[in-house]
Amino acid sequence: MTTLTDSELHAYVDGIVAEADRSKIEAHLAANPEDADRVRAYREMNGTLHAAFDAVLDEEIPQRLHAHDERPWMRFGIAASLVLVGALAGWFGRGAYPSVTGTSGQGLALARQAAVAHAVFTPEVRHPVEVAADQEEHLVKWLSKKLGTELKCPKLGPIGYDLVGGRLLSGPNGPVAHFMFQDARGARLTLYVSTQRGEPRETAFRFSQEEKVAVFYWIDGKYGYALSGELGRDSLLQVANIVYKQLNP
Amino acid sequence: MDNHAIVQHIPRLRRYARALVGDRYSADDLVQDTLERAWNKLHLWRPGSDMRAWLFSIMHNVFVNQVRSRRYEVEVRVEDLPQIAVRGTQGQNLELADVDRALRTLPAEQREVVLLVSIEELTYEEVSRALDIPIGTVMSRLSRGRERLRQAMSGAQSGVPLKVVK
Repeated sequence: MTTLTDSELHAYVDGIVAEADRSKIEAHLAANPEDADRVRAYREMNGTLHAAFDAVLDEEIPQRLHAHDERPWMRFGIAASLVLVGALAGWFGRGAYPSVTGTSGQGLALARQAAVAHAVFTPEVRHPVEVAADQEEHLVKWLSKKLGTELKCPKLGPIGYDLVGGRLLSGPNGPVAHFMFQDARGARLTLYVSTQRGEPRETAFRFSQEEKVAVFYWIDGKYGYALSGELGRDSLLQVANIVYKQLNP
Repeated sequence: MDNHAIVQHIPRLRRYARALVGDRYSADDLVQDTLERAWNKLHLWRPGSDMRAWLFSIMHNVFVNQVRSRRYEVEVRVEDLPQIAVRGTQGQNLELADVDRALRTLPAEQREVVLLVSIEELTYEEVSRALDIPIGTVMSRLSRGRERLRQAMSGAQSGVPLKVVK
């Protein structure tokens, strides 16, 4: 009776045996139904795995995996958006800031960055966010990883604002998480979460009116939060209170 | 020049990663981390050598580091397999979720070898180089992995929970 090593059996399954060994192996399988069953099962398994995962080959490749491929374009894109941010900051900067209460330099910068991000991304119709709300769990995990903390995304559905999604932005102190919400009329709110420089600390709510964009912002530990929207101060304050309570249960 | 060379491998890296970690977004995270490392180390790639095997070896290193920090995956024990009724008796009739669940019962090191051989159709030598393990280890992991997967898949088919094979 012939013997068949495991290696020979698997090589036969995978179709990589030398022609000279083939007839010997086939004779063995004819005489050993258990081994023949294994060969059949493993071949079927190869087919099952292909059937399960080959569809991935035809999927559209997510944009984030093309980042390096499009480097020259990306560089241009980043440069262009910096120019845009600069221009917008200038635009916002024309006014004095009479309505600002409390003047923490860093806090004010936070409010302004948040307002700029709000102004840049909320008019977007096709690409307001990088990761949409149907992938909320992934979005929160991803942004948490980038910011190095466990982020929470507030649930504003009960007060009429559904999550649109979010994106990663680059702020002066590193990565920024940007969540966007929208009500039934299409009015949008954004929550900007950034790392703060210096000692962890806490501040009260502060309010800033950056042209049309109203911003409530606060610092909690190492992170700065800014809620922006084009709505009245009192309405925004109500939302900000809800957001704060959800983030600090 | 090599940008294009790497890019053409992305679909297969994604297929392997999906089978390896299951969840689509974690899988693309793994691909993204792999690509980032590959771009940074492109000068170390020897022109003329097999770029695909090189990329799989980078993905393996990223994956192993992540498994250590338990980021990409949760192991599923065979006992946890739900009893799902699946039509038919052929392997092809298994639902994707069942295949995925069955794969998750394999230790990561066996899953890597089985998938590289069965789906990516790497030769045993290529697997040995990609995972940086001796060929004998490739064969023993392949053998144990395939047998374990066969049992997990037939368990999902019959709807009968399996006992753990130690």
